[in-house]
Amino acid sequence: MTEATESQAVGVPKDARPIKLACRNVWKLFGSNAADFIRQRDGKASPADIAAAGLVGAVRAVDLEIRQGEIFIIMGLSGSGKSTLVRCMSRLVEPTHGKVEFEGKDLLKISDAALIELRRHRMGMVFQNFALLPHLNVLDNIAFPLSIQGQDRPTREKRAQEVIELVGLRGREHFYPRELSGGQQQRVGIARSLATKPEIWFLDEPFSALDPLIRREMQDELMRLQTMLHKTIVFITHDFDEAIRLADRIAIMKDGEVIQIGTPEELVVNPATDYVAEFTRDVDRAKVISARSLMRACDGSDHGGTVAPDAKIASFSASIVSAGKPFAVVNGTGKPIGEVTPQAVIDLLAGIEHKRAGA
Amino acid sequence: MTVTASASAARPPVQRWLAIWALALIAVLVVFLLQDRMPWAVNYPTEAVVPVADWISALMRWVKSNFSWLTRSITAVLGVPLDFALNLLAKNFKIGHGAEAFALPRLSWVGVCAAAYLAGRAAGGWKLGVLVGGCFAYIALFGQWTSAMLTLGLISIAVPFCIVTGLFVGIWAWRKPWAERLIISPALDLMQTIPTFAYLIPMLLLFGNSPVSAMIATAIFATPPMVRATMLGLARVPSEIDDFSEMAGCTARQKLWRVLLPSARPTLMVGVNQVIMLALNMVIIASMIGAGGLGYDVLLALRALKVGEAMEAGLAIVALAIALDRLSQAIAHNHAQGQIYQAASPDFWRRYPNLTLAVAILAATTLLSLSVPAFAAVPKAITFTTAPLWKAAVSWVTINFFDTIEAFRVALILNVLNPVRAFCEGFPWLGAVFLLGLAGYQLSGLRLAFLVAALTAFCAITGLWEKTMATVYLCGLSAFISCLIGIPIGLMASRSDRFEKTVTPIIDTLQVLPSFCFIIPVVMLFRVGDVTAMIATVAFAVVPAIRYTNHGIRQVPPALIEAAKVSGCTPRQTFFRVQLPLALPEIMLGVNQTILMALAMIIICAMVGTRDLGQEVFIALSKADSGRGIVAGLAIAFIGIVADRLFSAWTAKARARLG
Repeated sequence: MTEATESQAVGVPKDARPIKLACRNVWKLFGSNAADFIRQRDGKASPADIAAAGLVGAVRAVDLEIRQGEIFIIMGLSGSGKSTLVRCMSRLVEPTHGKVEFEGKDLLKISDAALIELRRHRMGMVFQNFALLPHLNVLDNIAFPLSIQGQDRPTREKRAQEVIELVGLRGREHFYPRELSGGQQQRVGIARSLATKPEIWFLDEPFSALDPLIRREMQDELMRLQTMLHKTIVFITHDFDEAIRLADRIAIMKDGEVIQIGTPEELVVNPATDYVAEFTRDVDRAKVISARSLMRACDGSDHGGTVAPDAKIASFSASIVSAGKPFAVVNGTGKPIGEVTPQAVIDLLAGIEHKRAGA
Repeated sequence: MTVTASASAARPPVQRWLAIWALALIAVLVVFLLQDRMPWAVNYPTEAVVPVADWISALMRWVKSNFSWLTRSITAVLGVPLDFALNLLAKNFKIGHGAEAFALPRLSWVGVCAAAYLAGRAAGGWKLGVLVGGCFAYIALFGQWTSAMLTLGLISIAVPFCIVTGLFVGIWAWRKPWAERLIISPALDLMQTIPTFAYLIPMLLLFGNSPVSAMIATAIFATPPMVRATMLGLARVPSEIDDFSEMAGCTARQKLWRVLLPSARPTLMVGVNQVIMLALNMVIIASMIGAGGLGYDVLLALRALKVGEAMEAGLAIVALAIALDRLSQAIAHNHAQGQIYQAASPDFWRRYPNLTLAVAILAATTLLSLSVPAFAAVPKAITFTTAPLWKAAVSWVTINFFDTIEAFRVALILNVLNPVRAFCEGFPWLGAVFLLGLAGYQLSGLRLAFLVAALTAFCAITGLWEKTMATVYLCGLSAFISCLIGIPIGLMASRSDRFEKTVTPIIDTLQVLPSFCFIIPVVMLFRVGDVTAMIATVAFAVVPAIRYTNHGIRQVPPALIEAAKVSGCTPRQTFFRVQLPLALPEIMLGVNQTILMALAMIIICAMVGTRDLGQEVFIALSKADSGRGIVAGLAIAFIGIVADRLFSAWTAKARARLG
């Protein structure tokens, strides 16, 4: 599939986008006879069962669907199984049980040759510690996946040069990894993973090894690239702020289980467990919550302005408070579907609404 | 974690072990005192000796008579590149026969020295160039050129062979964990503890007294570090790089050759350095089976007790060793640093200026040597010889200090060597098997206990008990003295940067010297005998004691030392209560290495007239008695393995306690 056809997906409403990658009851257990253990139990086991059998459950009963063109973030603390899960999705780690479907086809059943072909052309991956090859310069590192496919030197170097331009590394083609800063090294890692024009892009904590300022810069860079390329992105992080900044949807993992999947707003407004609530507590809610979540039915009073349902509170909080009147929430056709009051916005900013969310 | 905890809880606690040891020692003492009643427990009865040596001899004879076609063809095939290298470096190419014979000259010594300089410059700047070039020039000017080039020629063929073999065996071990566990690791352990001499005997038998058999012995001896380096390097490649290669869609072959091995290159280069140094060491020793070269010069001189000549050839070995070591280390270091950007140039000579220049100089000087004899061989007029000087020095020392040295020697023999020897040789073999097995059980468990007891028993039932204990006595004493000297030096080095700076180059140099070289100066002063063997061994084996102690103390995390200071420790308390306990596993590792090195050296000291297993191998070598030599070699290896396993288990225990 080319990048041009992917870009069409953006016009389609989110929910109608096709499912690119799905996990169906995926398990990864470590220990002897793990496969028999989970098969005998029909893909169901409690943590107590697993512990009793002397196994370690790295990934447990994960069900999720990733839609084409979305940024899907898997977020969890270290040891929560997020890295193992993403490696199950790309079959770097063989899941113990379950299905991983790539465009509806079970990845676990395809042959080794087909898997290699799939990885060569349709998957890309970026690593936390860059995983650059120390003996190759920037150009050769980026061209490496192409040379593995057997492309000749002029073709692959032309393509490498394109992605070098894309990530802003021009002039560094002949430097070796150790001569580059961390941020530059990760740009090489990103360029290398994009060189093959993958459809699905795995980013395994790509910015965690970078300094905070560089990290922010790279996040912006990622968003810039995504507006151009519209990849399906699976992004791993342990940083909830990063997740909120980038995600279309977030899956929160704990002890190998996905405990909630939702948009940043859904997680903030409706945390499934105290654990999720704990993460969302310090989030700047006005930047996450949209007018839709805060609106109530119109009670006939004057409106000081209009906002779209998806507008974040932060984008109009100053104007609504200074106007002192409710704003109408209007849908695409200009019809009001509710209103947001200044008091609701002030409560939100002051954190008063928090009690409801925690309940 | 829980498993080890419960296992150690199930074992008897420390006090009980004290009691057990006391009982065991008393039991052995009783056996010793009752030796008139049961002599079989003290000295292994001769009629019960298992004739393993005869079996091996018979097997070797069978192999020799049935596989001579194979050994001959191997000799023929390997002889081709070897002859080429020897002709190129040392001899001349002879084409044709009789009157029409025409000789192509070997590489000119001037050119080789210049090439050595350029190689050094390319790898580590002009300073290294001067050092490497200087070492070669030294060899030339001191009249050792042809011998040194014979040695170098053998190395230059053996080393690539070792590297390729080691690489493939290492890859195999990495791919197949069962092969590593069951075949390769035990084989490597055995290969590295079998004394160098013991390798020579089967080679001599199968391939005759020739450079080819020396080369094969060298290749076998020097391969293990390459295997280990390959395994280590591949295991150390970061898992992300492994994952990356999978995600890029590499096939298994692409992954290995294009991702993993290049990424492991720094470790591999360290392996190459070790291979070169071991090959040099072995080529010197293999002079006994026809390697020729510098080792043969030393051997001849030592046999004739011409200390001056031996010293000269020994110093040439030192020069060669230093040149090869520093050069290969610099190259390894460059690889570890990773490459840096250099403007690519289309011209070969621009990209590789040093290589081009070296080839050009070699070609030009070699051509010149056709007409100018001074380029072909080092002219007599400009060579020095220091042999008379050394001889004079030795005579002067002997004349002036004979009494002192003799008094020292006799005192050492009477007060230290002989009592220890008597104790060791009188030690009941059954008691030794029992006590070592007990130690193995305490340190690790039943498996180690059985291994240790079985290996010790092997030494007894093959009828070598007395010689084994003679080896143990000399080796143990030397290792003990090495530690007595080395550990304090290491401690001092760890506490003073300035002292460390002076010690490091000395021990670096000591470490690269082939073991032969240590014997020469000592033999000049103390003549042959156990004292000479002991002193040479101490000088050889002291290095790891110093190095590991220093490193152990220095690697204690600074945060812990700061924590100790903040808690109000005096420097003394910090040292004794924080640094030393934490460094103990590392120091024990050093002691382990010291013992193994002492063992290797003691065996070579058979040349200066010890009466132990080494002598047994040495005699077997001169009689080409393969069974006798191999059994004695195995006994030596088993001593090493027993010591190594017990110490490793002890170190592992200490490590586990520190967490």
